[in-house]
Amino acid sequence: MIKKRLMFQKLSFSMIKAAAWINGAALAIMVYYIVSRGWRAISWEFLTQVPRDSMTAGGIFPCIVGTLALCSVTLFVALPVGVASAIYLNEYATRGKLVRLIRLGINNLAGVPSIVFGLFGLAFFCIVLKMGVSVASGGLTLGIMTLPVIIGATEEALKAVPDTFREASLAMGATKWQTIRKVVLPAAFPGILTGSILGISRAAGETAPIMYTGAVFFTPNLPSSLFDEVMALPYHIYVLATAGTQIEITRPLQYGTALVLIGLVFGMNLTAIILRAKMRKKLRI
Amino acid sequence: MERHIKMYTENLDFFYGNSQALHDISIDFDENRVTALIGPSGCGKSTYLRCLNRMNDLIPNIKVKGRAMLDKKDIYDPSLDVVTLRRRVGMVFQKPNPFPKSIFENIAYGLKVNGVKDKAEITRIVEKSLKQAAIWDEVKDRLNESALGLSGGQQQRLCIARALAVAPEVLLMDEPASALDPIATQKIEELIAELSSRLTIIIVTHNMQQAARVSDRTAFFYLGKLIELNDTDTLFTKPELKQTEDYITGRFG
Ligand SMILES: Nc1ncnc2c1ncn2[C@@H]1O[C@H](COP(=O)(O)OP(=O)(O)OP(=O)(O)O)[C@@H](O)[C@H]1O
Ligand SMILES: [Mg+2]
Repeated sequence: MIKKRLMFQKLSFSMIKAAAWINGAALAIMVYYIVSRGWRAISWEFLTQVPRDSMTAGGIFPCIVGTLALCSVTLFVALPVGVASAIYLNEYATRGKLVRLIRLGINNLAGVPSIVFGLFGLAFFCIVLKMGVSVASGGLTLGIMTLPVIIGATEEALKAVPDTFREASLAMGATKWQTIRKVVLPAAFPGILTGSILGISRAAGETAPIMYTGAVFFTPNLPSSLFDEVMALPYHIYVLATAGTQIEITRPLQYGTALVLIGLVFGMNLTAIILRAKMRKKLRI
Repeated sequence: MERHIKMYTENLDFFYGNSQALHDISIDFDENRVTALIGPSGCGKSTYLRCLNRMNDLIPNIKVKGRAMLDKKDIYDPSLDVVTLRRRVGMVFQKPNPFPKSIFENIAYGLKVNGVKDKAEITRIVEKSLKQAAIWDEVKDRLNESALGLSGGQQQRLCIARALAVAPEVLLMDEPASALDPIATQKIEELIAELSSRLTIIIVTHNMQQAARVSDRTAFFYLGKLIELNDTDTLFTKPELKQTEDYITGRFG
């Protein structure tokens, strides 16, 4: 009897373990695939020059700058709005019809396909607000798409702040706002930051929301204002891999660009993790 | 000697939704005296204590009936400012709950939120509060370190110092020593004795000896009702009611 139970236990554990390993394996295989095909394309020139010869040679510098510009706008828009919304939902209005409605809205926003965000951005930011295809339009579109992620991360972080901190603060004659501002937010900050960076790094890789709103096929110019159009890493990959006449010739460039993109994303995620660890240590929580 | 009543409640009823947690509680608290609230778990001691600084307001669907007065002013009067009330009626919680900030910042916090800006003044009050809470010598060389690095007993004294910094007139303590070892507990008790010369203290405790040691008067609660209120000596030596006697001698339920 006991033997049988132990055997079952072993079997279940092995299966669960296997499932967990699949994640790691998927990542490892993907990274290996991209690195092995892309690393030869990486050079100083590739990272710092503009594309040449109908994008079959040269570098991807405008794409890197474009993606960073789009991400900055995204962060700038989504962080304050997302954090404010999460504070409202978690600290002020925790129940009631309106709150349920807002939550429903956020959950649905999270489920909207990214191409729909792209079309919305085109219709609203580019056309109605007359911002055209630009960093601003693309960044705002990505920002709206990232909002649910940031709200979710912020709410998690706020929930993790023990109520005893709030009570201690209020019991000393602090107002609710002072309590949020000076006790709750600082304690939640590492979590908010990490969640937000993860959200932005996700946005960095999105193609559909920016292909009508911010990114263009080719421009040798770097953006000089928020209302300029840019090249972007994910869209560049898409273009090279599907739209050119020389798809085979640019393969190494495609993998090189992909490598730069995942490098950028991993870099952001790593920054988030390190920052969180540092701040946790400082706060000792 | 004439008694000076700092705070009192009159026929106070309290409801969590539809369930009544306090029935008709009337207690008066002498100024600069220690009153202990005792009674079995769930009898409403914490609920009562949290009525006195309106901490229960944070819980949805609560209802308060009757009166609770501080210096003859109704603290549930709609025109009263809760923030000021909580500054005047401080609170120390069961589990030490220092902020994840430095020792200095923990104490300075209450001053800053109450509008004290002068750095020298803040530094002075921080030191004074830490001394009053008998923890100054242990922390004076590490004021900029995280408060979470202190031991449990030190954290609780820090929390007392934090409460004292905003100069409350009444201090509510909800089992302040229940998470501490005997030595730390003794320190807290000495502190209570010391503070009671200039502060009205209301303390909830499960420890009879502690109630007997630190308080001037004791109120015995049972099932949301005030059973007996008496001088501590009387309540513990010749209680008026059989129920009280059963509880304090441990012959209970
Ligand atoms: N937030 C709440 N919502 C609903 N009921 C509550 C709430 N807090 C306490 N109660 C109920 O009110 C009654 C009194 O609780 P209270 O915490 O005041 O007791 P207590 O005397 O402090 O007990 P203990 O000695 O265990 O701390 C209990 O029946 C408890 O279940
Ligand atoms: Mg209690």
